[in-house]
Amino acid sequence: MTEGRSPSDVFRAGAQRGWNVIDASALAEDRTLEADVAIVGTGAGGGTAAEILARAGLSVVMIEEGPLATSSDFHMRESEAYPQLYQESAARKTKDRAINILQGRCVGGSTTVNWTSSFRTPPATLAHWAGEYGLAGFGESDLAPWFERMERRLSIAPWPVAPNENNDVLRRGGEALGIKVESIRRNVRDCWNIGYCGMGCPTNAKQSMLVTTIPAALERGATLLTRARALALRWSGTRAIALECAGLDARGTDPTARRVRVRAKTFVAAGGAIGTPALLLRSELPDPDRLVGKRTFLHPTVVSAALMPERVDGFSGAPQAIYSDQFLASAVSGPIGYKLEVPPIHPVLAAITLPGYGAPHADWMHQLAHVQVIIALLRDGFHPESAGGTVALRADGTPVLDYPLNDYLWEGARRALLTMAEIQFAAGAKTVMPVHASGVRYRTWDEARRGLATLPLAPLVAPVFSAHVMGGCPIGVDPKRSAVDAAGRYRHLDNLYVFDGSLFPTSIGANPQLSIYGIVAKLATGLAQALRA
Amino acid sequence: MANQTSAAFRPGRRTFLKVGVAAGAALLLVRCLRAPAPSPATPAAFALPAATRAIFAAIVPVMLDGALPEGAEAASARRDALQSIEATIGGLPPAARDELADLFSLLDFAPTRCLVAGVWSSWTEASTEAIAAFLDRWRTSRLALLRSGYAALHQIVLGAWYAQPRAWPAIGYAGPPSLEGA
Repeated sequence: MTEGRSPSDVFRAGAQRGWNVIDASALAEDRTLEADVAIVGTGAGGGTAAEILARAGLSVVMIEEGPLATSSDFHMRESEAYPQLYQESAARKTKDRAINILQGRCVGGSTTVNWTSSFRTPPATLAHWAGEYGLAGFGESDLAPWFERMERRLSIAPWPVAPNENNDVLRRGGEALGIKVESIRRNVRDCWNIGYCGMGCPTNAKQSMLVTTIPAALERGATLLTRARALALRWSGTRAIALECAGLDARGTDPTARRVRVRAKTFVAAGGAIGTPALLLRSELPDPDRLVGKRTFLHPTVVSAALMPERVDGFSGAPQAIYSDQFLASAVSGPIGYKLEVPPIHPVLAAITLPGYGAPHADWMHQLAHVQVIIALLRDGFHPESAGGTVALRADGTPVLDYPLNDYLWEGARRALLTMAEIQFAAGAKTVMPVHASGVRYRTWDEARRGLATLPLAPLVAPVFSAHVMGGCPIGVDPKRSAVDAAGRYRHLDNLYVFDGSLFPTSIGANPQLSIYGIVAKLATGLAQALRA
Repeated sequence: MANQTSAAFRPGRRTFLKVGVAAGAALLLVRCLRAPAPSPATPAAFALPAATRAIFAAIVPVMLDGALPEGAEAASARRDALQSIEATIGGLPPAARDELADLFSLLDFAPTRCLVAGVWSSWTEASTEAIAAFLDRWRTSRLALLRSGYAALHQIVLGAWYAQPRAWPAIGYAGPPSLEGA
């Protein structure tokens, strides 16, 4: 840790006021904690729930597997950020290793490292949940007040600054082709527009859980336990009794022998859509219809890189400012749709994404400042042929997601690669390279159109990425199809709630943070009222 | 590489079966042969086994051809690359480290090195061409298992090199901005 450069490092100030923060990697002995509510996970779901429950006067313990890292620790270096702040050092893979998953693992979860893009749940998604799953009370107008509340809380607003060139290529190319592009709303205050959201915001501009709801909960007496892995819930009959946690070592990779037991009246699982099903599976909870950990969705994402004649400097400026939903407009039940966005282009992320090695790879890296990248996020989970993945446990109890990539998804991936190349050429690209193990590249749109039509697409031939993990504990009304009821309560235990992205019956079709904030705000407010009654 | 056609991904069915059976058997074999790795006593103690380090030392100049500096800086750059690779792997969770250990057992054990990687001399003596041929064979293999092995090497070696500030001037990246004076 270095000297705090920012006087607004809320945790440095809070520590002096006696906030209860326990680092389980540094415990000299086993501990037992007690609370009204124990919340596993401090991301979008756990963070939102913690503030609401603490404000309701309940005693809260938050359990986080990752470290507490704050603005003073955020040095904008990938070599520090990925091992420190991401699940599996940002190299989390699906079972066949075909999909690389970027997911936060630190206080604030993915909200600490996301790219600040804020979308309400698309109406087509909510309509599908109501129609296909009979989910009442989660329509556009039902959720609007909850979205408004969280938008105010997290300063979600239009971004008035001009997009960086990486985003502007998507805008220009899209407009040239008559593809509708729009501006992304962001959860920032006094943002410096430097572009390092993915490595932890060094200026506390991003209104993540780390600087908003978690400090608010701590201010009201909540306890934060870090570097503690939730192993399993102890339960009896229809009640959860205690949560068993293992300390992790200082590097955060290996469990130690240190144990922390958390006794609580109510438990909230909010470890994300891989972590929450894994906790429930390790706890061997009743699950007669085997729903837990099934139908896990990823927004499988394919990538198109381009070389532009002018500098792009994709490592600089707000990473996501422009998007297009043009290719989500068709019926959710038809061929898979996709959302278009751009990613930040930092050296490590670029190096591991660009295909090939040796001189051809180095050649693209030497031109990094001219590289432009578009990503297409496939909207999975709406079609019978898009059943998502399954969370299972390895021998050591850690989770692994088996997510088969099938022809239904590859058909959409091919259309998406075509769309992205066409946009890049329309914006003036000299060369377009679909991210593909062949390293194939095209000099004209016509060449790309013909080449992409027959390019073989298969796992580990066309690399696929994901930054959005959803589903696996679906909310609903039909006990045969939903693991939790419409209040977010696990169907087979009276005092266990699921408040995170695992609730979603399908993918969202947009960056999910605001969907989690809004839906969890509604559910946690309901829980707070029930517990005070 | 840019000119390679998609045919590289469609080898004949017979090749697929032969390599498939061989690789599956080889992986089972090395899992039996590999002694369980001792857990590091403290986080700082993580170090790559010497054999793994030697394989990376052979692969690094090929994967980073065109990226590593030449001349006086070459040796220290290779050393830094290896150190960054070690740090990268040390940051992975135990299950991922175990999977990598399987992969490197397969590459280290001479019969599987010959059979599955197609490298007939020891790694320290393997030619640049032999190592590039191995990387290309795995990159374009019909077998997802071998493609995933290539993908792991790609991600670790290239990611580790460009994680270091010394790699940045050559790619026009000035590093993070200074926030001083805020």
